[in-house]
Amino acid sequence: MIPALFADINKTFWFPEQASTFAKQIDFMYDAILWISIIFFVPIVIAMIYFMVKFRERPGYRGSTEALHNTTLEITWSVVPTFIVVWIFWEGTVGYLKMQTLPPDTEDIKVTAKKWNWNFKYKNGAENPELHLPVGRDVKIIMRSDDVLHSFFIPAFRVKRDVVPGRYTYMWFQPTVEGTFDLFCSEYCGDNHSLMNAKVFVHDDEGYAKFLTEAIKEPDDIVERGKWLYERKACKGCHYAGTEGAQGPGPSYNGSWGKPVPLAAGGERLFDENYVSDSILNPILQARKGYETAAAMPSYKGQLKEEQIDAIAAYIKSLESATPPKK
Amino acid sequence: MSVVTKPVTMPAPSKEAGTEDNYLTHSSGFLSWALTLDHKRIGVMYLACIMSAFALGGCLAMMIRLHLWNPNLDPSQAWLTNKQYNQVFTLHGAVMVFLFIIPSIPAALGNFLLPIMLGSKDVAFPRLNLGSFYLWVCGACFFLFSIFATGLDTGWTFYTPYSIESQGPIVAATMGVFVLGFSSIFTGLNFIVTINTMRPPGMTWFRMPLFLWAVYSTSIIQVLATPVLGITMLLLAAERVLGIGIFDAKLNGDPVAFQHFFWFYSHPAVYIMILPAMGIISELMSVHSHKGIFGYRMIAYSSVAIALFGFLVWGHHMFTAGMADVTAIVFSALTFTVSIPSAIKVFNWVGTMYKGTVSLNTPMLYALAFIFLFTIGGLTGLFLGALSMDMHLHDTYFVVAHFHYVMMGGTLVAFLGGLFHWWPKMTGKMFNDFWGIVSAAIVFVGFNLTFLPQFVLGTRGMPRRYASYQLEFQDLHRLSTIGALMLGMGLLVAGLTLLHSLFYGKKAPRNPWGGATLEWECSSPPPHDNFSSAPAVGDPYEFGNIEYDSKTGGYIKKK
Repeated sequence: MIPALFADINKTFWFPEQASTFAKQIDFMYDAILWISIIFFVPIVIAMIYFMVKFRERPGYRGSTEALHNTTLEITWSVVPTFIVVWIFWEGTVGYLKMQTLPPDTEDIKVTAKKWNWNFKYKNGAENPELHLPVGRDVKIIMRSDDVLHSFFIPAFRVKRDVVPGRYTYMWFQPTVEGTFDLFCSEYCGDNHSLMNAKVFVHDDEGYAKFLTEAIKEPDDIVERGKWLYERKACKGCHYAGTEGAQGPGPSYNGSWGKPVPLAAGGERLFDENYVSDSILNPILQARKGYETAAAMPSYKGQLKEEQIDAIAAYIKSLESATPPKK
Repeated sequence: MSVVTKPVTMPAPSKEAGTEDNYLTHSSGFLSWALTLDHKRIGVMYLACIMSAFALGGCLAMMIRLHLWNPNLDPSQAWLTNKQYNQVFTLHGAVMVFLFIIPSIPAALGNFLLPIMLGSKDVAFPRLNLGSFYLWVCGACFFLFSIFATGLDTGWTFYTPYSIESQGPIVAATMGVFVLGFSSIFTGLNFIVTINTMRPPGMTWFRMPLFLWAVYSTSIIQVLATPVLGITMLLLAAERVLGIGIFDAKLNGDPVAFQHFFWFYSHPAVYIMILPAMGIISELMSVHSHKGIFGYRMIAYSSVAIALFGFLVWGHHMFTAGMADVTAIVFSALTFTVSIPSAIKVFNWVGTMYKGTVSLNTPMLYALAFIFLFTIGGLTGLFLGALSMDMHLHDTYFVVAHFHYVMMGGTLVAFLGGLFHWWPKMTGKMFNDFWGIVSAAIVFVGFNLTFLPQFVLGTRGMPRRYASYQLEFQDLHRLSTIGALMLGMGLLVAGLTLLHSLFYGKKAPRNPWGGATLEWECSSPPPHDNFSSAPAVGDPYEFGNIEYDSKTGGYIKKK
């Protein structure tokens, strides 16, 4: 356990790898405040323990009962910390303003957060559930939420910003290292908050360009296209697919195709193309029994084209024929 | 107030009176408790209810930690489903904040001690006091029912718009909080009036025990800030029921406005929680060092300073929420101002021990543990107040660890210290000091083991409120869970030590610790009317004339 506590060789005890231009300044800030804290904390504890031992109650010893008061000392320990916190405030503010001031000429990426998926849209129109970035370029992130509050957090970059419904929020950073990093949602957003993660891939310019040209292509095969949409249109956050019996916040895609399913409003409906289409366009009327208290699914009317809905239906159907029937 | 001036005829306090009248035996029967106007009985009833809430919140904390023993990357294999986990942490936070920490010290210990420390018979409005208690009970029932009935899962912060669209019983829960808020306001009002009007002759503001300064400052916050919480909760309920469009972006509302409203109360509420704890520590450090408090005036002023600054810093909960840069910078600057009065207090407490006679008993060890833990809690606040640093640490386990160091390492540990300190006064029984010390040691070690790893989890990027986590975080999570189990054990030992004393404890002397404040001048437990005649008021931190008396096992004041 102990070696694991010290994590990988390229990380420090406290932090993940420094992978953006901000990381250095923030880690410096952390070390500085840590040392300031230690310089305060250690003498306090030493004094406390020393007084505990030295002045402990014991036979034959009687300390003074007089209340002490020492103006010089009191002014010193009020004024000195004041200067120190002013410095901390100043450094923090300078660093913050640097993070808030957008540089000119950025690579813009649009982020849509939706329970419990991230969707990234690049300048050429490509969409992807993972974040791909060019190394050494200033990247501007333009964020919006389709439902509740989320927060965009990449620990390796030391950046975080809430994604607020009803407005755009922005952030920028410059990745400095190629590699794969974690992106977390860090503002509580309901059932699968802790699964609202994505991977961040930082490429060199060539790799990034290659990614962009590939990501724009919708797969030709209808089933593949359904899966492609499933991953990009925030279906995946609630409806699990391919994991037999797994219970998500919404009904699983497995195990229902071609069978009658019970509805919350009473009665049953055959799970076919029609049901899938109606569920996507008018979800509340199709709510399944047992999911009455689940967060309501938003309608996708206007967001998905007919052929895209067909593709999703084909994908759901394919899951059934692929998995052998269970006993 | 007539209650003070009316001398109550009482049998002259006899030396060792086992038959002496006290508030516990003054009358009996269920109604004599349920309808009592006696502040001491109300305090004891609060204590019992609050400790039940604490036990409930503690069990929920254990569930959280046990669930996080494994990374739960496959939710179908996890002990709790994600939804259940969310409900558990919501319940843990809400119960601990609204039912335990906020009322803990003011309502339980404050109610019991405030009038006695003032040498008076009761608070200014005894009926209002009983009313506050029943409002608490009513709010608690409302709240618990609504949470247990269908599962509230918004987090204790009720952030919009999730709380608008969540299927949980939000309206019922907000009404519970609303009612609890009134309980808090009435208690605060009562204490303010009592301290303003019922101080005995001779007790000027600067001869008041520091605990009362702290309770007074707390009461001001309760009266001024809690109504805003009430308003916020009503607006939230109205948003859900009527769709008025103030917080919901779909109706052109602003979700961030809710955060402003919410933290305008909930940040001062942090000081509602910590200020009384600081008051307890001031008493404990001085009494158990048998020495006047270092820098009395600075401690008193810093309580008021914290109460006032506390109103101006709520924005530091929202640095990443999308406020304007100027707003964020101003809030960051104001946040740092709070650190200074807190630092002054810590220095003063440590300075109090210097050249004193330090008794290392249970209450004192809890007080020393408080200083250690609260200092860590305060210093880690410096990281979070610095804007650029907060961009990384916000909403991670670093924050979780930070506020547990302040709320639990601070308020809870001080509350336990105070409970041990005044237990002999409240119950008339001495507890077993050895087991008390053992409990303090286990709590101290367990606490650090639980929350120190969480700082590291936070800097490494583990977000809070996560039902599952990546494998790299597992070791630290496991350390934390082991610590939590230990902490639970320590608290159990503390509880059992106190319960044991009720049945087998020695009779407590009038002044077991050598305190100089007025509560040590009436018998243990105090008689129904507290004092037969108004006690003489002296310096609350003058220990020169207090001597140990081996006959009673307590201390007596030499005239």
